[in-house]
Amino acid sequence: MAIIRFAQHTGTTRDVPLTEGSNLMDLARANAVPGIDGDCGGSCACGTCHVIVDAAWAARLAPANAEEERMLSMAVDRQPHSRLACQIIATAALDGLRLQVPEHQF
Amino acid sequence: MNNTTQQWVDEKLTRALDKVQATVPMDLQIKGMHLFQKARRRVLKRPPPLPLVETPLPAVDSLPLERIDVTSPFLYRQGVWKSYFQRLRDEAPVHWQGQTPFGGVWSITRYDDILAVDKDHERFSAEPFIIMGETPDGLALEMFIAMDPPRHDRQRLAVQGVVAPKNLQEMESLIRSRVQEVLDELPVGEAFDWVPRVSIELTARMLATLLDFPYEQRHKLVFWSDLISGSTEATGGTSTADEIFEGIPEMARQFAQLWHDKAARLAAGEQPGFDLITLLQSSPDTRDLIKRPMEFLGNLTLLIVGGNDTTRNSMSGGVYAFNKFPKEFAKLKANPGLIPNMVSEVIRWQTPLAYMRRVATQDTVLGGQFIRKGDKLVMWYASGNRDERKFDQPDALIIDRPDARQHMAFGFGVHRCMGNRLAELQLKILWEELLARFEHIDVLAEPEIVQSNFVRGYSKMMVKLTRKAV
Repeated sequence: MAIIRFAQHTGTTRDVPLTEGSNLMDLARANAVPGIDGDCGGSCACGTCHVIVDAAWAARLAPANAEEERMLSMAVDRQPHSRLACQIIATAALDGLRLQVPEHQF
Repeated sequence: MNNTTQQWVDEKLTRALDKVQATVPMDLQIKGMHLFQKARRRVLKRPPPLPLVETPLPAVDSLPLERIDVTSPFLYRQGVWKSYFQRLRDEAPVHWQGQTPFGGVWSITRYDDILAVDKDHERFSAEPFIIMGETPDGLALEMFIAMDPPRHDRQRLAVQGVVAPKNLQEMESLIRSRVQEVLDELPVGEAFDWVPRVSIELTARMLATLLDFPYEQRHKLVFWSDLISGSTEATGGTSTADEIFEGIPEMARQFAQLWHDKAARLAAGEQPGFDLITLLQSSPDTRDLIKRPMEFLGNLTLLIVGGNDTTRNSMSGGVYAFNKFPKEFAKLKANPGLIPNMVSEVIRWQTPLAYMRRVATQDTVLGGQFIRKGDKLVMWYASGNRDERKFDQPDALIIDRPDARQHMAFGFGVHRCMGNRLAELQLKILWEELLARFEHIDVLAEPEIVQSNFVRGYSKMMVKLTRKAV
């Protein structure tokens, strides 16, 4: 089964089944992954589904667009591979993608 | 008087101001500005703005669409706001009213339209103000909530660390002990006014802590915040321009003193604290803020108003809501794990700030309406949060509502409320500590509602507490 792996700051990880066409924020919320708020419901307007993409995977994702970049620029703890999960659409090619969930959403 | 005269007056004023800003203490500048504005009103024969007089608002069904005006500061107080906004959402979700005391206004009332406007800072600018009207002539406070990127970003990034989750973790036990102190002193079994004893007191303590403001003088912060957010010209409130001009010099003096004291203590080798002033002084973008008085005062005003009316009225609003929906309170007592979601739901239900304003930067179309460059748009969060298209049974408080967090009371996009996590934390702690102590919090009479088109607030709410059986 294709999965997306969410790693928590505590060290635990959760694998959720990958549904093609869903965005990763919805996938996380549907599977009750802790630490992903998604307050704007996936509109790229709140920054509360911040995740850090595993370095090995970062280049394989379509880059953030200007709108996402703008929300990320307001994050307090932005990392080089920070993304908003709601802006990444699951495809079969992402099977095994590992995302770090930050300790806090802001 | 013609426009040329007015231009001449304003040019002289601006030149004189630029000169004094660099040399004269801020409080004296504002006093001088007040005198100048009074003189200017006399020279230009401008009448002072009329106080708004409350009269009963007509039932919305009796009005043709083009006569509906949702800018009245009495709409909420008179309990007609729900029917007015429902009519606009259903029949004219992007609605123009050219004749309001605050000028022509587009009202945006559906959730999705508000979200679209809030996200689009290029088409819809937050400058120069985010309140409906104007600030009093000559008191154009500048604050980053009313600036567009990139200037906005630099100033916000300089201060948001103080309310970021990491810093809040450090403050949680302090907040909790202050909540406990306040609650432990409340009378049980007798009537008292919840607003000053709990809501105002707790937010005042928090503001003083965040600013490292002299704790025993914390009520001044509340006074200044209320004075400014209550501006008649800006929000239809009860503070006149003269009252504001009389109150602000003292605020300017004390904030300037706070700034200089802080700088001196740092220079003398004191460890930097994690308060707002210290943060402003440590960032290259805001280090010399004190030299830009309208921006200095504006941003401090933003931080006190932002942390005052909002949390205060969510604290009162929660108690009021549970009295209207007692089954929800029973649900909460049976399952305190619902507190975090309940906090979001109370914020949605109350929506303590009714709107934010934008100005179109270009001719554009929204919801089928043609909007001209320069038109004012008001995003009515209070309406979006009750939009039946978004929320099931929107007028009901449902503490386990699955999409409560998607409320728009914090706004969306780059201006989204910076203090949202602090607000949630304060409310969470308040309710945890209330549940630990009290069985009931009974509201004894309908609360009194403040006069404003901006702040959806309570000025008085008599309650009686019943202690929890041990």
